[in-house]
Amino acid sequence: MDLKDLYQEIILDHGKNPRNLRKTENFNKDAKGHNPLCGDKVHIFLKIDENKNISDISFEGSGCAISMASASIMTDLMKEKKEKEVKELVEDFLQMIKESPEMKTKIINENEKTKLMSLSGVKQYPMRVKCATLAWHTLTSAMSNSQEETNTEKFD
Amino acid sequence: MNINNIKKQFPIFNNKVHNNDLVYLDSANSSQKPQMVVDRIYDFYTKEFSNVGRSVHYLAVAATNLYESTRTMMQKYINAKDPNEIVFTKGATEAINLVANTFGQKFLREGDEILLTELEHHSNYVPWHYLRKLKGVKINFAEINNDGEITLESIEKCITPKTKMIAITHLSNVTGAILPIKEITSLAHSKNIPILVDGCQGAPHLKLDMQDIDCDFYAISCHKMYGPTGLGVLYAKKKWLDTLPPYQGGGGMIREVKKEGISFGDLPNKYEAGTMATAQVIAFGESIKFLNQIGIENIEKHESELTKYGEEVLRKNNSVKLVGNPKNKGSVLSFTLDGIHAHDIATILDEDGVAIRAGHHCCQILHDKLGLSATARASLGVYNTKDDLDKLNESINKCKKIFDR
Repeated sequence: MDLKDLYQEIILDHGKNPRNLRKTENFNKDAKGHNPLCGDKVHIFLKIDENKNISDISFEGSGCAISMASASIMTDLMKEKKEKEVKELVEDFLQMIKESPEMKTKIINENEKTKLMSLSGVKQYPMRVKCATLAWHTLTSAMSNSQEETNTEKFD
Repeated sequence: MNINNIKKQFPIFNNKVHNNDLVYLDSANSSQKPQMVVDRIYDFYTKEFSNVGRSVHYLAVAATNLYESTRTMMQKYINAKDPNEIVFTKGATEAINLVANTFGQKFLREGDEILLTELEHHSNYVPWHYLRKLKGVKINFAEINNDGEITLESIEKCITPKTKMIAITHLSNVTGAILPIKEITSLAHSKNIPILVDGCQGAPHLKLDMQDIDCDFYAISCHKMYGPTGLGVLYAKKKWLDTLPPYQGGGGMIREVKKEGISFGDLPNKYEAGTMATAQVIAFGESIKFLNQIGIENIEKHESELTKYGEEVLRKNNSVKLVGNPKNKGSVLSFTLDGIHAHDIATILDEDGVAIRAGHHCCQILHDKLGLSATARASLGVYNTKDDLDKLNESINKCKKIFDR
């Protein structure tokens, strides 16, 4: 395992210049996530339209390059996705980060999968898996409009 | 003092980390163990094992004598008046919980105040927090100054007629500030307030003299003193151990047990319920021998020189910001790097075999105050050299290279 696999260019790019780092106007769902061991924090805002499509998604927060890149890439991919698709993508991503060698979903194209696979480097760094999954768990909370803060110490 | 000879006593340094020599800069978290401590655990289990303080057979008597000899060694090491003022616990955390629990039970009422500082490790805050709910006590925090220090004045400002206990760290595990504990103790006693010192970071690095400091309680973590995990020491003045109620009940701490009532054993048994960490206590005796062989004054001098060198090297590195600038500083170098999160730093350094800690170091109150979510921390032990700090700096530069590409 080489460090370059963990800190790939795409991760550094998204980590240093996160996309969608703002607050959606008129958001109708949101959730906060916190990784108390690292201090990573993320707040996800969703605007879901009447057809249950994500018309906008954004986030605020701070943390390490991995957690910021993960939130940035995730929010990019989730735009215009249907609620059902979001669920499938989250599950597929978490499966890939935990054990699966690749992503199985057909919802996103190969290019998009490659972007997400760039986060798979954390598999070699068990302590850093939580950095990559925080935004995804928090998105799940936001979808169910859970008022409880997502805390990485409560799962895995 | 020949550091290479000292380092050779630590078998961990024979191993490679990611094909690199280990540069261990995480001793504030836990120190590495010299061979004599490791051997003592093996020898005790292979040749001498028995439970202590109960049976009368040969092995039990020998093991009890060994166990008690560590108590006496520790008494001498910290210059306590009486060996019964040394209580073994499962860690410094348990030592502080013991005091908070028993002192709280007996002496605290609703509205009473406990004074801590913003530098405290969670282990010297959370045990007192329980008393908020249980007893309705209030917790106050003496504030740090811009250099990350706690001064006598900042303590004095927070003392009120309701202050019933002062609990402070000896040496901050984040800013490295060494507190004027003797002066603070004397101030506390002038107002009839007992004082507990969290000595987790003080005991491995500074010369200790309990009778000179005169504090009421001093909590020690043995695994930070080149000793085994699962063991701590509570120093407490005898008058407190005689007055406070027992902490845990069980075998070994009682005198007589009847259906209608129980009487408790004498010190030190009163606070050592159940089978203790026997092998660890006996092996910790070797840690004290190890420290005595080198001499704590020599350790202090070596680590202080290294800390100054580390500060110099890191100050020259423009992207490094040191956290805190105390005048009297222990061997802790906490820092941040512009634009790189502490966990990314720690992962990249690790690849070079450089072991540091990243996060809030169990001091969330302090990190909130400093406005930092996480810091990176290099902390020193007797086995570190200037070369280690140069390697730290090189790896920091590698971090920048990775992030700047």
